[in-house]
Amino acid sequence: MGPLLMTPITDDPTAFAIASAIKVVVFFGVYLVTVAMLTLAERKVSAWIQDRHGPNRTGPGGLLQPAADGLKNFMKEELSPGAGNSVLFALAPAIAFCTAMLSWAVIPFAAPLPTPWGVVSLAIADLPVGFIFTLAIASLGVFGITLAGWASNNKYSLLGGLRSSAQMISYEIAMGLSIIPVLLLVGNVTMGSIIEQQALGGWNVVNLSVAFLTFLISAFAETNRLPFDLPEAESELVAGYHTEYSSMKFSMFFIAEYANMLTASGLMATLFLGGWDIPFTTWDNTGNPSLLKTALTFGSFATKAGFFLFFYMWIRWTLPRFRYDQLMSLGWRFLLPLSLGYIVLIASVLLGLQSLGIHAGRLQTGVLFVLNVLVLVAVFLIFDRGRLVSPTTSKMSALEMRRLRLQDSAASALSPTPRTEPGMGD
Amino acid sequence: MAINVKVMDRPVEQVSYLRATLSGLSHTFRHLVDPHKVTTQYPEETEALSKRWRGTHRMLTTEDGTAKCVACGLCPTVCPANCIKLVPGEDEHGNRFPLVFEIDEFRCIFCGYCQEVCPEEAIHVGRHYENAEYTRDGFVYDLERLTAQTHPVCELWDPADPAGE
Repeated sequence: MGPLLMTPITDDPTAFAIASAIKVVVFFGVYLVTVAMLTLAERKVSAWIQDRHGPNRTGPGGLLQPAADGLKNFMKEELSPGAGNSVLFALAPAIAFCTAMLSWAVIPFAAPLPTPWGVVSLAIADLPVGFIFTLAIASLGVFGITLAGWASNNKYSLLGGLRSSAQMISYEIAMGLSIIPVLLLVGNVTMGSIIEQQALGGWNVVNLSVAFLTFLISAFAETNRLPFDLPEAESELVAGYHTEYSSMKFSMFFIAEYANMLTASGLMATLFLGGWDIPFTTWDNTGNPSLLKTALTFGSFATKAGFFLFFYMWIRWTLPRFRYDQLMSLGWRFLLPLSLGYIVLIASVLLGLQSLGIHAGRLQTGVLFVLNVLVLVAVFLIFDRGRLVSPTTSKMSALEMRRLRLQDSAASALSPTPRTEPGMGD
Repeated sequence: MAINVKVMDRPVEQVSYLRATLSGLSHTFRHLVDPHKVTTQYPEETEALSKRWRGTHRMLTTEDGTAKCVACGLCPTVCPANCIKLVPGEDEHGNRFPLVFEIDEFRCIFCGYCQEVCPEEAIHVGRHYENAEYTRDGFVYDLERLTAQTHPVCELWDPADPAGE
């Protein structure tokens, strides 16, 4: 293959349009099949964790179970609440589904593919705004769930929708802020340059472990997965925002949840684990693109994203759901200050390193890594003492308790009738 | 602010969320990779039934293939669910035999009284449970069907256990 063919395909508008169309069609198919397989994987993982076998009757090892589920959902009667808003009711699952798929568009999932018509970048759209696009689309996702809750005209659905909007808005801030150190390090927002920087300067999970932790927790909350699945808390809200949904509309929410998981896993792999970069070798980042490189880097990306997908499921079948106040205090009182402080810290350290003449390289990675370990130890020593998430009973100092008791007895001595406790028993 | 809430002062090992989370994750992961599963793969595998299992009825027969039943009427009398229908008949030698003997498996509560009360050891409850039908009528077993059953019958008590006597 001559050097003439190594021009990017964007040089030829027709070829670029055709290549993009093919990418979209192939991606749509692969993405949906992956999502279907994820629903099966979730059931299998849950079964194995609970010492069961999981679905194993439909097809070899249960592989056709998602097809059977899909067929069943197509055949089911579609119900729509009489007093609800039918337009929004139908629109909500579509919003949830589309936003989940859209945010994948900027994630590059393999090294560029050489074709006779030029080099094709393997992201659906190699947008210059990169990560900003993902954040924008992810914040639209909340509309799907909130509108579903509202249009159902059902108190449980509404509560689920409201919880979801509160939760997503709270954690979106922490999520957006946790990513700023990455952008500080890279100096650019395109996914391509984020991967490039990590291939050269070490993965961000080492450089920016604290940001990774914050992003991981926020991503769990953003996708409404356990332990943050308060919007559909079945022990309190029947099924939350999708209580009234049936048939394929319910299925759309289900697909959207797994599509969100897939996108979040892809994002974490890209932002913190080096995307399609194969570790401990520079062979995949340098030289001319080749088919082998594309295949191997895709394998690398799939492994990283697959790890996060498994982690999502593993966490789901391990941890119980947060209480609502714990959820809010974790988001606002822990993650937000942590990520804000971390931005200041990383920015000043980077400035200091640069004034000392140290730029991207092993030394910078080493300094950042030591810094991260220190911050993590401090965070867990200080906060992981019943302060990270408030315990079931509030911690009150003995002095405060005594003061309250004295106040209580003084008040009851003054008033002739027994004092009624506001908010208790009525 | 809650009043009079008992606040336990626990050591750090017990209140650390990080440690609890990690130990929980390792616990679930051990179960995940553990090849031992508790599920019985039902149609292929079945759990062994107790010798005292009381299931689908069976009428035992004499050597010449006729039912042992002498239509004495004890089993419909003792049946608490009233599920046995018996119309006695008598041949020219004065031997009694059932003209109609039907058991409604839907009404039956599988107490096993019929087997206990039978003087001829004719009617038995069996160690068998796979008796699904498409219609309700299918659950009314007539004499022919009861004698055609081949499954082992209930022993009512464990012969190895002297307390059962």
